[in-house]
Amino acid sequence: MTVKPDDDGPRPARTRGALGPVTRARDRLRPSGGRRPGAGNRIPGLVSAPVRTAGPRVVAGLRAHRLQRLRRFARRALGALKRFLRRWVLRFYTRWRRSIQLRVVTSTLLISTVVVAILGVFLMEQITTALLNGKEKSALLQLEEGMGILERELSPANVSEVTLNDVTNQLKARSGPSGLYEVYVRDTRDEYRDGYTTNDVLAESVPERLRRQVREDPVGTQHSTYSEIVYIGRESVPGLVVGAGDGRYELYYLFPLTQEQQTLTTVGNTLLAVSVVLLVLLAAIASVVTRQVVIPVRLAAQAAERLAAGRLEERMKVRGEDDLARLAASFNDMAGNLQEKIVELEELSQVQRQFVSDVSHELRTPLTTIRIAADMLYAHREQFSDPAVGRSAELLQSQLERFEALLADLLEISRHDAGAATLDAESVDVRDLVLRAVGDTEGLAERKGSKLVLQLPGEPCMAEVDRRRVERILRNLLVNAIEHGEGKDIVVSVAADRDAVAMAVRDHGVGLKPGQAQQVFERFWRADPARARTTGGTGLGLAIAKEDAQLHGGWLQAWGEPGKGSQFRLSLPRVAGAELRGSPLPLVPPEIDLPRASFGGRTAPDAPDSQPSATDPAPESPVPKPRSGAQDPQPAPVPADARADEDAGAAGAEAGVGETGGPAGDGEPRPQGAQPAREDGR
Amino acid sequence: MKGRVLVVDDDLALAEMLGIVLRGEGFEPSFVHDGDKALEAFRETRPDLVLLDLMLPGADGIDVCRQIRAESGVPIVMLTAKSDTVDVVLGLESGADDYIVKPFKPKELVARMRARLRRTEEPAPETLQIGDITIDVAGHSVKRGDKTIPLTPLEFDLLVALARKPRQVFTREVLLEQVWGYRHAADTRLVNVHVQRLRAKIEKDPEHPEIVVTVRGVGYKAGPA
Repeated sequence: MTVKPDDDGPRPARTRGALGPVTRARDRLRPSGGRRPGAGNRIPGLVSAPVRTAGPRVVAGLRAHRLQRLRRFARRALGALKRFLRRWVLRFYTRWRRSIQLRVVTSTLLISTVVVAILGVFLMEQITTALLNGKEKSALLQLEEGMGILERELSPANVSEVTLNDVTNQLKARSGPSGLYEVYVRDTRDEYRDGYTTNDVLAESVPERLRRQVREDPVGTQHSTYSEIVYIGRESVPGLVVGAGDGRYELYYLFPLTQEQQTLTTVGNTLLAVSVVLLVLLAAIASVVTRQVVIPVRLAAQAAERLAAGRLEERMKVRGEDDLARLAASFNDMAGNLQEKIVELEELSQVQRQFVSDVSHELRTPLTTIRIAADMLYAHREQFSDPAVGRSAELLQSQLERFEALLADLLEISRHDAGAATLDAESVDVRDLVLRAVGDTEGLAERKGSKLVLQLPGEPCMAEVDRRRVERILRNLLVNAIEHGEGKDIVVSVAADRDAVAMAVRDHGVGLKPGQAQQVFERFWRADPARARTTGGTGLGLAIAKEDAQLHGGWLQAWGEPGKGSQFRLSLPRVAGAELRGSPLPLVPPEIDLPRASFGGRTAPDAPDSQPSATDPAPESPVPKPRSGAQDPQPAPVPADARADEDAGAAGAEAGVGETGGPAGDGEPRPQGAQPAREDGR
Repeated sequence: MKGRVLVVDDDLALAEMLGIVLRGEGFEPSFVHDGDKALEAFRETRPDLVLLDLMLPGADGIDVCRQIRAESGVPIVMLTAKSDTVDVVLGLESGADDYIVKPFKPKELVARMRARLRRTEEPAPETLQIGDITIDVAGHSVKRGDKTIPLTPLEFDLLVALARKPRQVFTREVLLEQVWGYRHAADTRLVNVHVQRLRAKIEKDPEHPEIVVTVRGVGYKAGPA
């Protein structure tokens, strides 16, 4: 640890060559940093070093500047090239991964290229060898014959005066009109003339090495080599030179290999062409063969995809009896079985839904009669002489109401289960819906001794919702709150932001135990089974409310703590069908978190920025609605706060949120400014 | 007051029960239990109001409703066990003025019936003009030029309600209260369907209404936009 300060000093100095100029150049570009290029305030660790060496660094910086620009340009160009290459490589790689055909064709092409290349080289080698061997053999025969003639003509026994030149010409004449070879004869004893050649062949066409061999080896030995035949005034050509000597004379035949070279070139070209054609053909064959396999596989994949997408009647064509046909056949079997099962299940659930629906409807007609009859009895209950009969009429009346409510709820939930519930969305001010629901439940609240407190914003909260369903949700929440509110105040608040509206119903009753925040939405769930059912709810109200909220694409969530009451929040997107990202109201009532907010910081407006954005599911900036300046009851912190709350709520920790000291709570310093400001607005 | 009521319902117990209630309220009920005989019975009894069950053997309630509507503007109140949008809208479109979902309270039924019958008892000499439509309120007639447009009493009431205060926007709830007599908010589909029926009769181009105009998000108003 003590080493660290010493370490900090030299490090910037050492790395300045690489890093320093970059930083400085950048600083100069920045309007604020330009005046003090040595400030280096971007990296705190650098502060000490630049101050010390400020003077020389400015000069060095200027010099380094041009170099730096060049380097940066090169780096950028390199980067662009790299990106380009990477894109292409990626594109190819993607195709490579996805296509068996491409892989098979490529492998075939590569392997056959290697094979063909090896074969071609071997073949060329063989042909060349054979061709040159034949040539050499005939050349040596020719040489032997020539030596014979030479000896015969130039032997001392020959009477006629024959010059060497004549013999040379005579030998050449034997090669025929096409001139198969050139001749070079040399008399080793003639010191003045370096032999005789035919046509324009230069004597140096015969390499020194061959001459030496001819000179030094025993008489009669034949030698051959490949060399360049040089002409006067003509291009030299490769050739075969053979030679022999009889002691005095040396005879060389020079065979131009032009013909052979042409032959070999032609053969080589042909081979190359054939190879290329062969390779292309092989690739094509590979392609065709793989296609035969791949196409059925692709068809199978497509069929499976369509089947998965719900087109149960999708089948494959079965052709032949091969493996692919078996694949198709078993695929079809599978699809058939699946279809059968699915249809069966669908029919079953259809039958069941229809049954529930029919039962409910069938029950209604007799129930109507019973209802009317009960009403009649109830209206005349005072006329019964026996008070027990009168009381019976009363009980009949009240329980019939409960029965009806239950039947209606059952029908509603069966409609949701059947997916037959439809959203009848229209643009409404949700405050009106709240007022209506409150109006409907005011009587009940009065009887239970609860006061309904409204916290409504001053401006309309328009949203595209199904008013019947939202009203029903609100009524259910209100009845529930009244039932469990123990006669204390019930607060109903409404808020809206750009994308969503939220309504919250808060009671101060028994509250919810951990885990119950989820359970309350279960069908026929009771907080306390032992508790008397006072208002006679059906037990389906909240379940239906949740279904209704989900039909809107909205959320219905509950919060509660034992002894602190509970809050139910309904959040709905403003536009029907839009995705809900956050709620304008916090799920946990602000006053619950208020103690923690006081040390959470005075800087309430900064709170949204300093929120841990990593866990924030709502990336859009928490813009306060600037709709009605002073009247606006939602200052900036409220929506932001609500969003932050979503972190905890959306994480499925609704129950966990309830625990005051929980980690979910710590992550959201509830700005205390929010609450007073909100109350000011009302 | 006029009080002849034709009850079309196949459920004998319910019909009998309804009879008891209706007689108790001072109506004169008559009954028919088969959809096929409903029209015949209607012609015989000439009731002031029809209570019609939507689900009937023989011709179903929708057909009966159409048949009756084809020859009379008599108020029709549907009894239905289904409150699904499709069923209700279908019933209203076939000509019913109002509907009541089973199980209902007898008082509620009677209130609805009275609301439908009440309007026939308020003659007030008054002539209204909306666009090229002339409404004779006392004479219960609507004319475009010399041509009389036949409207059911309910449609007539709806038009008069709108026409009495031209250019004022009526919310569906207000119309429900004024025309149907609902105190509490009820099904606003009633208004939507009947406005459409009304438009089909009085507008030159029902697709582009000029007499009964929709005010988006609020409701309806009479007169040029």
